[in-house]
This record gives sequence, structure tokens and C-alpha cells, in this order.
Amino acid sequence: MEEVANEAALVVALKNGEEWAFETVVRVYGGRLLAVARRYVRCDEDASDVLQSAYLSAFRAMAHFEGSAQLSTWLHRIVVNTALMKLRTRRRKPEESIDDLLPSFQEDGHHVEQFSDWAAPADVIMERRETRQTVRSCIDRLPDGYRTVLLLRDIEERSTQEVADLMRLTTTAVKVRLHRARQALSTLLRQELAPEDQGRNVRQQAGIKGT
Amino acid sequence: MTCRELTSFIADYLAGELQADTRVAFERHLSRCPNCVQYVADYRRAVDLGQRVYAHDEEPVTDVPDDLVAAILAARGGKFAPD
Repeated sequence: MEEVANEAALVVALKNGEEWAFETVVRVYGGRLLAVARRYVRCDEDASDVLQSAYLSAFRAMAHFEGSAQLSTWLHRIVVNTALMKLRTRRRKPEESIDDLLPSFQEDGHHVEQFSDWAAPADVIMERRETRQTVRSCIDRLPDGYRTVLLLRDIEERSTQEVADLMRLTTTAVKVRLHRARQALSTLLRQELAPEDQGRNVRQQAGIKGT
Repeated sequence: MTCRELTSFIADYLAGELQADTRVAFERHLSRCPNCVQYVADYRRAVDLGQRVYAHDEEPVTDVPDDLVAAILAARGGKFAPD
């Protein structure tokens, strides 16, 4: 999180309603918070809406902000909660299926696909900006209900119970979604990052459409 | 344990939450099924990469556009200014 020289002074100024403090808190923390909002809602317009609502909630709740918490952490949580609310209100269509990205099995329980080692350790993928962006875009392609659970559990490291409460799901449903989201992400990464021949091979065997 | 069953236990296995007898069966299956070894390795890599691309220094961050800053401050002023 970005640091400001004197966060305590900024908090005091916010509580006192000093104009400069509001602009500072938006400019200093807003960029990162906008990126967080975008992870959840995916489109820029919705992310801007989320950022605006989140800041307004934060300003309203400023009196209750405890000095013991970090301002950036507190704002981050408000943004995530606001983004989840946004996702709930815009979810009109039935959720996209990710079955095509899950493994298939023969009747005797064996995998249908043969998984070849596509030999790109995480460190190698992390070295290049391009491949890091590919990973993010694969996460973006997961349907809302799966992406959200993956972000909250694996990236935010919230507990299963906390995610269940936030998303109004049972803990079992959270576990199932997390597992499916990771499996789907794994398939997408193989499609996007495996060397051409191996990736294609896997796609053909899995009967998955190319992107 | 079949490949299908093993697959359903991966998350619990990685979280260290499998019962001892299930863990033993899981590991026994892995010891003779290279395809599942690869599947589990891909799964772990997906989790690892997801975590790392969103680590603090990895995600590209842009400044909040000026018009959005202005909109946020105006919304606050409009609704909450003491006048």
C-alpha cells in the first residue's frame, strides 16, 4: 500500500473535514483501490462507480475509523465490500458455466486428458510483464461467482467462513467454487501459456474451444 | 482411489486438511500416476501464479483520472458538506 508521510495527521484532517485531506486520500490511495475494484467488477466504468461509492462510505464512516487500523487496509476492505455489492446488483443472467474448463473422466475414474509437463515454472512466467498480464487476464475470464471466491480466498486470504458470509453462501459452496475456479484457471493457463503443440494437444483432448 | 476422487481432494490436500487415511491413499495414487502428479502440479502453479500476479508490486496501477477525483469530491460536497 502507498505510504503517506504522516497518515495519522491525514486521518485527523479527514475527521476534521479539511478539504485538502479528502483530495489527498483519493489521489494517494485511489489508484491502487481502482485496480482492486477492477479485479472484481472487470469493467472500468463499474470500477469507477465502486471507487466513488466506496470513498463516500468511507467519508461517512470516518468518525468510526480507529487509529489502530491502517487507513489503506480499511479503505481496501470498503472497496472490496462495495465491489461485491455491485456484483450482486448486476447479476441478472444465470451464471456462466465453467464445466468446459474442468477435467473430464472416463467411466473407470481415469482422466480423459493426458497432461503433459509444459515446463514453465512459475518463476519463469513471473519474469515477463506479458505473461504476468496473461495470468491476470485468465483470472478475469472466470465467471463472477468463481473469480470472486478465488480473489477473496487465494489473493485476499480471507477465511472460508468470511467468504461464505460476504457472498451469502455455505462454507461447502465456497470450497467447491474455490476448487473449480483453481481448476478452470489451471486449464486456461495451460491453453494460454503452454508451448503451442502441448497446449493444442491438451485442448483437442479436452474438447475445449480455443480462445 | 481413482483420478476422479483424487482430483476432488486436491484443495483439502494442499490445505493440509485431509484425514490421515485419505492422505495416505492420495499419496499412494500420486506415486503411481504421473498424469495426476502433473495435474496437481498445474493446479498448484495456478494458485501460486494467481497470488503472485496480484502481489503489491506486480499489478499495474494508474492514477485516478482527474474527472473521477472531481466527481468523488463533488459527491461528498453535494451530500455531506456542512454548508
